[in-house]
Amino acid sequence: MENLIALLVAAPLLGAVVLLCGGRRLDAVGHWIGTLLSSASFVIGVVLFTDLLGKNAEHRTLMQHLWTWVPVEGFQADVTFRLDQLSMTFVLLITGVGSLIHLYSVGYMEHDERRRRFFGYLNLFLAAMLILVLADNYLLLYVGWEGVGLASYLLIGFWQHKPSAATAAKKAFLVNRVGDMGLSIAIMLMFTTFGTFAFGPVLSHVGDASEGKLTGIALMLLLAACGKSAQVPLQSWLGDAMEGPTPVSALIHAATMVTAGVYLIVRSGAIFNAAPDAQLVVTVVGAVTLLFGAIVGCAKDDIKKALAGSTMSQIGYMVLAAGLGPIGYVFAIMHLVTHGFFKAGLFLGAGSVMHGMNDEVDMRKYGGLRKYMPVTFITFGLGYLAIIGFPGLSGFFSKDKIIEAAFAKGGTEGWILGGAALLGAAITAFYMTRVMLMTFFGEKRWQPDENGHEPHPHESPRTMTIPMIVLAFGSVFAGGIFGIGDRFLHWLEPVTGHEEGNSPVSALTVTLATMVVLVIGVAIAWAQYGRRPVPAVAPRGSLLTRAARRDLLQDDFNHVVLVRGGEHLTRSLVYVDHTLVDGVVNGTAASMGGLSGRLRKLQNGYARSYAVSMFGGAAILVAATLLMRAV
Amino acid sequence: MNPVNYLYLSALLFTIGATGVLIRRNAIVVFMCVELMLNACNLAFVTFSRMHGNLDGQVIAFFTMVVAAAEVVVGLAIIVSLFRSRHSASVDDASLMKL
Amino acid sequence: MSPQLAAAYSTSTGEAFQFWVLGTVAVIGALSTILMKRAVHSALSLAGTMIILAVFYLANGAYFLGVVQIVVYTGAIMMLFLFVVMLVGVTAADSLTETIKGQRWLALLCGLGFGILLVAGIGNASLSQFDGLSTANANGNVQGLAALIFTKYVFAFEITGALLITAAVGAMVLTHRERTERPKTQRELSEQRVREGKHVPPLPAPGVYARHNAVDVQGLLPDGTPSELTVSKTLRDRGQIRDVSSEALNDLRALEQRAEERLERTAIEPANLKRTEEASK
Repeated sequence: MENLIALLVAAPLLGAVVLLCGGRRLDAVGHWIGTLLSSASFVIGVVLFTDLLGKNAEHRTLMQHLWTWVPVEGFQADVTFRLDQLSMTFVLLITGVGSLIHLYSVGYMEHDERRRRFFGYLNLFLAAMLILVLADNYLLLYVGWEGVGLASYLLIGFWQHKPSAATAAKKAFLVNRVGDMGLSIAIMLMFTTFGTFAFGPVLSHVGDASEGKLTGIALMLLLAACGKSAQVPLQSWLGDAMEGPTPVSALIHAATMVTAGVYLIVRSGAIFNAAPDAQLVVTVVGAVTLLFGAIVGCAKDDIKKALAGSTMSQIGYMVLAAGLGPIGYVFAIMHLVTHGFFKAGLFLGAGSVMHGMNDEVDMRKYGGLRKYMPVTFITFGLGYLAIIGFPGLSGFFSKDKIIEAAFAKGGTEGWILGGAALLGAAITAFYMTRVMLMTFFGEKRWQPDENGHEPHPHESPRTMTIPMIVLAFGSVFAGGIFGIGDRFLHWLEPVTGHEEGNSPVSALTVTLATMVVLVIGVAIAWAQYGRRPVPAVAPRGSLLTRAARRDLLQDDFNHVVLVRGGEHLTRSLVYVDHTLVDGVVNGTAASMGGLSGRLRKLQNGYARSYAVSMFGGAAILVAATLLMRAV
Repeated sequence: MNPVNYLYLSALLFTIGATGVLIRRNAIVVFMCVELMLNACNLAFVTFSRMHGNLDGQVIAFFTMVVAAAEVVVGLAIIVSLFRSRHSASVDDASLMKL
Repeated sequence: MSPQLAAAYSTSTGEAFQFWVLGTVAVIGALSTILMKRAVHSALSLAGTMIILAVFYLANGAYFLGVVQIVVYTGAIMMLFLFVVMLVGVTAADSLTETIKGQRWLALLCGLGFGILLVAGIGNASLSQFDGLSTANANGNVQGLAALIFTKYVFAFEITGALLITAAVGAMVLTHRERTERPKTQRELSEQRVREGKHVPPLPAPGVYARHNAVDVQGLLPDGTPSELTVSKTLRDRGQIRDVSSEALNDLRALEQRAEERLERTAIEPANLKRTEEASK
């Protein structure tokens, strides 16, 4: 069975190579090749899953050693895949949702002449992501990490003819580089501390290292996670990443890639457990991001950007949970999986809406679409109910657990984090209701565009609706399947460990409180967008709204602090260069020049001057001879 | 009188000639000074010949004369062609490696 | 010519007298060689010094060299010098002002130092006795030299001969200018002048429009200014043009002076002067 693991990666990798190197002759069938290979990977994943299920919990870790990558004395890097419960969960999520999105893209990208290339990139992304989650050491994980970054860059900038897309791709890549730097430093620190970077030895020897070093490693890992998962302060790229095609947003920037940070933290749980300071930072980052993303999501009129804010916020929940330690790891992953379903479903729904509305993204120009695209409406609605945590649906089980765990942290921290999570739930309910109302309810607000084409909203083709329906099923039932009877907990516990916190409030209280804030959020949104018609032009709004529309000034902040700071630094360096470095260099040159100028006077071309030198030299020679004889 | 006095005279003439080479600008005069130096040497050779009691010094002086004659021929030819091209016999005017 | 004269401590008094007199003259000649403004004077001073050196050679028993010194050096080489001086310009006086900064002081310093060192070296050698040439010159000075040159120094002699030939050829090559085209005839030259439009008539003769007809005096143009064209190019290059522009005025002034003195008059009245001129016509 172990030998199948490599096939998981090999199938999409083969697809990427074939599609990207195959050329035009594969244009007609390329998308089906891509879909087939990703589905094949999913099937292999299912086979392995059933195999794991048939074993005892202790034997559910499969290893496949492929080859030794760097066989150097004292520095051994292997290409080894590790399939345990955590990896398995991710493999199923990635290949399952990935395959659905492949299928969806067949319809969505139908009119794009570069569709084959798009599928090549998607397969490349799958392969990289699988390497990331299957790697048995941090170095191989880093390969997948970078591969995912590359695929993300290629896919965000897929419509590179649009300057905004090209810029967004560059921005995402650059911001991710900051996080990648953190990961590489973390790996180096690990190597100097433990002498290796394989998961097994590192995580089992955490006790040998000093807490300071562990905190350093953990903070660097957190930096990496922030970059990949769009957490504050490296969150600025996610909103712009919506320039990519919608399936990309669904697959990469909602369901899978951005969760890599959460995976990294959970996978390195042993390190974080031993570094409480770093854990605190993780929870703070998660709490800040979940509020940040939620507030941004409230103000956006662009449906994809609103969903992007939501994604940021939901990943904030996961990071918060992961920062809680063993209390939260399982729930972080659980929320990650359920979020993968409903957020992918929401994005696909948004893509379907855009598909029917001539790629219009402004929600103020939607309205009343439920009559025109019923399937989209229902699947989107189910996703909506799941994300706000409607009782019985996926989000209810996973998010509720995270809020409980936050309170279970105990002490003042517990109250603050729990409060933030509750507030986030209320805001989530608000902005998702807003999206729902503005898109599917109320009057129709669309108008002919400047070319006179009036959009004709219509339901999307079958290839697009089927994935949406499947994902809607996931959104509805995944939470129940995982949560009832703590099945997911038992499944994942051997890898991540688990402990019950001592919550000051009972689980029932938390659930009730969640319900209350949910109702409040929905009610406010209803009052604002359901009862009154939505203005087609955005009102000016309060200071907070305007700030939120600008992503809470993240870009302005980056501009002022980083760009301006960088410019000033550069200017001062240029000044130092011009005065000090050039001064030394030019000074040396000038003194050499001056000396040469004086020496040049000796070389004046006058034969008589040379004769004087000769004569003087002869005199000195005679003097020397006489002296030597005298001595 | 000791013939060493001839040597002192020779040294004096040589030094005068050398100084003349250094301070005169006219190429012909410079050349004359060189001749003066050669002659001073010849005097020294002849004196040495006498002091050592053999003729080798005189032979060397003879060769010096021949070489000096050759030198004068070539040197004056150079001065003439220099004068033709620069209309000047000053050694300072020939301070550039081009016309 | 007795062989016991292997070592001596002193020369004859006559030779000493001759040395001190002629040596002084030789040094004066050498000094005037380097101090005279004109190359001709330098050459003559040098020739004098060389003749004195020839005398000293004779005194030192180098009879052959003494004669050769007079014949070759003073006779041939110095004449060659004078010939070149003539080519370059006999009367052109050199300026003795130094143009290279510090050159003169450095030269004097080096010369002084070198001279002192040489003298000190000779003095240091403390030669108090000498062998004399009576043995070596026993069979005649010329025969003795010949024996050495054609035996011991024969290769040097041959090589020196080759050097002389080479020098002669080299001098010819240096001074000879190959004429690469046919010389222009007078007709062609005049046609060229017309084509170029300058100096269409032959160049004016020197001095003929003024009071002088010497070749080194510039002729005057109708407006009274001197023209350089009238003097030959060689003289121009040497800078040997005589300026007589103020001579006439000076002559006139001197004439007036003399006339005043003779006639015991204080001033010549213009009217008188005019009348005298008319009367003379």
